[in-house]
Amino acid sequence: MKALRVHQGRMAPLDRDNVDTDQIIPKQFLRRVERSGFGPFLFYDWRREDPDFVLDRPQYRGASVLVAGVNFGCGSSREHAPWAIEDAGFRVVIAPSFADIFRSNCGKVGILALALPEGRVRQLMEVASEAPDTELTVDLEKQLVSAPGFECGFEVDPFTRECLLNGWDEVALTLRHQDAIAAYEEGRSSVQNGSTPPGSRLQSQHS
Amino acid sequence: MVQLQPVPVTAGYIRPPMPRTLAGKIWDQHVVRSAPGEPDLLYIDLHLVHEVTSPQAFESLRLNGRRVRRPDLTVATVDHNNPTLGGYEAADEISRKQMDALRDNCEWAGIKLYGLGSRRQGIVHVIGPELGLTHPGKTIVCGDSHTSTHGAFGALAFGIGSSEVEHVLATQCLWQRRPRDLAVEVDGELPIGVTAKDLVLGLIAQVGIAAGSGSAVEYRGSTIRGLSMEGRMTVCNMSIEWGARVGMVGPDDKTFAFLEGRPNAPQGAEWEAALDRWRALASDPDAAFDEVLRLDASALEPFVTWGTNPGQAAPISGRVPEPGDETAERALRYMDLRPGTALQDIPLDRVFIGSCTNARLEDLRVAAAVVRGRRVHPRVRAMVVPGSATVKLAAEAEGLDRVFTEAGFEWRDAGCSMCLGMNNDVLAPGERCASTSNRNFEGRQGSGGRTHLVSPPMAAAAALAGHLVDVRDLTHLPPGEVVPERRGWGSGRPTPTLPGGEGVSG
Ligand code: SF4
Repeated sequence: MKALRVHQGRMAPLDRDNVDTDQIIPKQFLRRVERSGFGPFLFYDWRREDPDFVLDRPQYRGASVLVAGVNFGCGSSREHAPWAIEDAGFRVVIAPSFADIFRSNCGKVGILALALPEGRVRQLMEVASEAPDTELTVDLEKQLVSAPGFECGFEVDPFTRECLLNGWDEVALTLRHQDAIAAYEEGRSSVQNGSTPPGSRLQSQHS
Repeated sequence: MVQLQPVPVTAGYIRPPMPRTLAGKIWDQHVVRSAPGEPDLLYIDLHLVHEVTSPQAFESLRLNGRRVRRPDLTVATVDHNNPTLGGYEAADEISRKQMDALRDNCEWAGIKLYGLGSRRQGIVHVIGPELGLTHPGKTIVCGDSHTSTHGAFGALAFGIGSSEVEHVLATQCLWQRRPRDLAVEVDGELPIGVTAKDLVLGLIAQVGIAAGSGSAVEYRGSTIRGLSMEGRMTVCNMSIEWGARVGMVGPDDKTFAFLEGRPNAPQGAEWEAALDRWRALASDPDAAFDEVLRLDASALEPFVTWGTNPGQAAPISGRVPEPGDETAERALRYMDLRPGTALQDIPLDRVFIGSCTNARLEDLRVAAAVVRGRRVHPRVRAMVVPGSATVKLAAEAEGLDRVFTEAGFEWRDAGCSMCLGMNNDVLAPGERCASTSNRNFEGRQGSGGRTHLVSPPMAAAAALAGHLVDVRDLTHLPPGEVVPERRGWGSGRPTPTLPGGEGVSG
């Protein structure tokens, strides 16, 4: 995962609430077995039906901060959604609120899903509409979003923050706790399901 | 530290105050590591895998030279993109590649796979309980947001993304923050013709689609107790549609009766021991919830969605509302509906009975009871897609397939099918569908397609009528009688004699 400490970039305003992951990346693209290359299909249906779709306007080409409405990323757990957002060049998504699974997925992909108060998001939406050249600075270390005439601190899950700041591979992090996992498993197999681990019959029964 | 019973205590770990909720108890039993400021490292008892959200996870494991830690706690099936007609052969190249990848990955890792052609294949959330893999007290994850379905058994079950799929494959654990405890108390008797699906649609219409964010929901109260396991699964399934990753019901005798004797359920002395453990899981009587929502089931009607998210729903006797905000305006434009239109006047092109919400045997029985001896409206193309191969076989053994096909329904093989339209079961642009699935998002069932979410009996009735209709207006017709055109019915409502409510409201 790419580390993210301070990000600077232009914003693209997507002024819609409850944007679901089916819109972010429609299902016909979920059949790919690769992790990359989803960018061109971001908001595919919306782009196709509206040639003037906001992300396709010249002034938002190259934007790397997506600003959106409440409950962004609701619906399906497909990580293809943040993959598509990242592949399209975005590193930060700002919204008043996010759906839980989407927010968690963003953290794993190296995208900062940043919740700001609704009024502040509205301000950014206006800046992005009226002055699309404005560069926004998102400082994850200081937990501060700023642009000329705009400044706003933010809260973020400390663990997600650490992982993003350092570009950590979470699996590697967890594997450092192998001993604790093994010890848990030992206790688990003797307590749960009498003396048999729950899945152990599975293999013999069906194979 | 090993932390199993009864309350985990580690250095620095803040002991949750007794008494505890169901979710809290299961959580405590699964903490592998806990440290201040960090999320808890939770152990996962069962990892369900399907072809769409796993290929990248396996690929990444291999790239990093990692192995699957507990293939014995991992079970896979093919459900999302497989054809429901013609099997593997009917799939296009890209879909085959994805199914092949799952097969190869399962072989590589030694994971049990219920692939196409297996008598156990089916929608991952249907086969888990069916195989007896879903137990009270387990932590269960799957790269799918409707994993909450398994919570109907008193499991702590939630959907995850592909990176987390990889994480669980490699470590059998996940870093998680403890969710809020939210209770939904449902009391009152469900009126006849009103099902578990209507209950949850009615709830979401009331609380909105983000009310459950950050929460583990426990559905409680006499109505929930009265639901069959199938009905509870329908309710828990839709938790994510109002933002909750976890939806659960405390295990009781119905839960145990459902599981007893199933392939992966404990047996003999182990079964008895399991019952003791499972009975102790219920939320303590004075356990504190962060929030309690209440719903009166007796006031519910059959619900139907009119918009493009599951919260945009209304009782079938209602009308398309005036849009209150831009989201609703946009939804009405997409749905091509005008405010004030009676919901029952909305004509349909398609009907879909299927999905992990409503494609278990009980759902098919209730729908078949409405359909029996009648004909699908000539304008409508209707299909039934059983939730699993097992459901399909059981339904056929009862002759339900003939009830449907004789009425003009298509009878398909198991899979997700038109719930998300990843295979070729899709709506054409502009087509309007009454669907027993869980999402009416724009394009969900096919680009430009329009979805109205309903219960199985409501979907069956709509197929016969050719438009959205109150199933309770159909049930008084003598069996076999042609369903009259809309005009003229819907006024006085004689006592219904056909099922609707029975099975589902248990
Ligand atoms: S039936 Fe629909 S909601 Fe359920 S797992 Fe399949 S695609 Fe997801």
